[in-house]
Amino acid sequence: MLEIKNLHVKAGDKEILRGVDLKVGAGEVHVILGPNGSGKSTLMNVILGHPKYQITSGEIFFNGEDLTALKTFERARRGIFLSFQNPEEIPGITVENMLRTAKQAVTGEKIKILAFHKELLALMNELQINPEYANRYMNVGFSGGEKKRNEILQLLTLQPKLALLDETDSGLDVDAVEIVSSGVAKFHNENNSCIIITHNAQILKHLPVSSVHIFLDGKIILHGGAELVGKVSEHGYAHFEGKS
Amino acid sequence: MKNYIQDIERALYDVRDEDKSIYKSDAGLTEEIIRDISARKKDPAWMLEFRLKSLEVYKKIELPTWGADISELNMDEIVTYVKPNAAQVSDWSQVPAEIKKTFDRLGIPDAEKKSLAGVGAQYDSEVVYHSIQKRLTDLGVVYTDMETALVEHEDIVREYFMTLVPPKDHKFAALHGAVWSGGSFVYVPAGVDVKIPLQSYFRLNAAGAGQFEHTLIIVEPNAKLHFIEGCSAPKYNVTNLHAGCVELFVKEGARLRYSTIENWSRNMMNLNTKRALVERNGLIEWVSGSFGSHVSMLYPCSVLHGEGARAEFTGVTFAGKGQNLDTGAIVVHAAPKTSANINTRTISKSGGAATYRSAVKVTKNAPYAKCSVNCESLMLDDESRSDTLPVMDVEGDEADIGHEAKIGRISEEAIFYLMARGISEEEARAMIVRGFVEPIAKELPLEYAVEMNNLINLELEGQL
Repeated sequence: MLEIKNLHVKAGDKEILRGVDLKVGAGEVHVILGPNGSGKSTLMNVILGHPKYQITSGEIFFNGEDLTALKTFERARRGIFLSFQNPEEIPGITVENMLRTAKQAVTGEKIKILAFHKELLALMNELQINPEYANRYMNVGFSGGEKKRNEILQLLTLQPKLALLDETDSGLDVDAVEIVSSGVAKFHNENNSCIIITHNAQILKHLPVSSVHIFLDGKIILHGGAELVGKVSEHGYAHFEGKS
Repeated sequence: MKNYIQDIERALYDVRDEDKSIYKSDAGLTEEIIRDISARKKDPAWMLEFRLKSLEVYKKIELPTWGADISELNMDEIVTYVKPNAAQVSDWSQVPAEIKKTFDRLGIPDAEKKSLAGVGAQYDSEVVYHSIQKRLTDLGVVYTDMETALVEHEDIVREYFMTLVPPKDHKFAALHGAVWSGGSFVYVPAGVDVKIPLQSYFRLNAAGAGQFEHTLIIVEPNAKLHFIEGCSAPKYNVTNLHAGCVELFVKEGARLRYSTIENWSRNMMNLNTKRALVERNGLIEWVSGSFGSHVSMLYPCSVLHGEGARAEFTGVTFAGKGQNLDTGAIVVHAAPKTSANINTRTISKSGGAATYRSAVKVTKNAPYAKCSVNCESLMLDDESRSDTLPVMDVEGDEADIGHEAKIGRISEEAIFYLMARGISEEEARAMIVRGFVEPIAKELPLEYAVEMNNLINLELEGQL
């Protein structure tokens, strides 16, 4: 589904990614672990074509198509979704309006307003989001936990092929992590894939983890299985330094 | 800054008679021309006299030295702006292509387009207009053009005409007093609730309308009215000065909502004066959208004259390429427990300049006055300008005055967020701008909110 080859990325003069290789197949769940500032979020943003970053070399393919030639919204329409670490507040645009517009954009179909409204309320109920939030402005005045649940609401509404989850569980209490991880588990099936950046094993509880990647200083230094999650929480990242 | 404050004060509702300037002869506008206009319009004698007095005042007053740059107005050739019927284009083919294109984009039917451009005869809405007339007459409401009012309701016109905006107020008020033509007259008797909004739109192409038109509205005690001025389609005039005047009298316990969305063609200097006098427990609500014109100076003024009188001002200004839109509001608290809310959004893009300018004055006679001002500006690119110039002048005791101003640029992160959800860049920008004006759009009647959205989309087109 996703194939990244020897990706080098700069922001201004600063090199942030120094040769990332990653291959994600359909139905797989990949976990990226790594210290803050190692470039994990940059990788997520680059996959969606954030204008702040320049690719200096390397390739990104999505279902055989070169992504780097596409604009952000075109990548989203191909089925890539990012759950943001810090979701933007957008005054004047309600959650429902934005989601309906987005759904229309990614499916290319006219959305029936009433049917969509019902569907949205059902999902909000599952994620324990107050239904009044459908009429609130996007993330404006939401708590950290509410913003993250709102991201999962969008994930479930838009049903992408590849979900990138950038610390969707950070800053949440135990109950909220459970809601979020159940949401991701509900989304995942054998036809779609997830890349999850986390510091916390709890979000992975309901998910069949295929591979774990240790990210350090702009590249992946170690690929492994689910067992790596335990090793990191036991020994920290220092343990892995120099292992590439 | 000092100058500016003094000038704003002069524009307030006071009838000072100062004559500081030197008498200056003006080659452009002569008594003969005024007499000619008056004769064509079959004015009563007092109106001719009023025009001639205004002409004298006009000749004495200097141009304002603050606000937007209006130096390209050639006052020596003012007569070319004033000639009767100069505003009428005689041929559809002379209407500029971009204006026609905008009509198409807004989905305006052909007959209406021609009327808006001043080349067509009255269109279908004549019928609508007449059916409305019947219902209004049954209620005792008068809704007619100013010329007819001057014949059929001369006493009322004479009692109120330019008493709220006297010709000595400023140079363009004096010009207006001398050459005014066309406009609307509405009289709502005490206790009558006019449930349908009245729209000047229905009679747009009266000769000379839209240039020096005069609007006079009197809402008697405990009556209610919503009046909608103009329309969102670009009005095209060959001549490029608009110096209209709007006088609104809101009596005890009465309510008046006055809505405008104007989209003058981009050659227009819009120097309009609008003022409301609000008596005890009365309410004036302004809804004001400024999209068009080359230069605008527009500050609707609410004089809260009776105890407990209220004003609500809601405004949107969108300045694009080559536009300098200087807009805002004035509130004078002249009685106890008066209150006002000013809420505005200004947008500038492609090198456009938008200035928010307001003056809030609380006189000694206005204890417990309450006023809150909230103005926000959004710049869509680095070449555009936005300024905020609020002035507060508080003499009254126990006044509660709040002010909140925000100026910002469109957030690239927000655009990325929306694009990451599959929304195109163009639509993402439009959504953010629409979201920015949403608190205002909510206040508009539905068809106006829709038209405002269309206008925003038109304005944003070609941004990318």
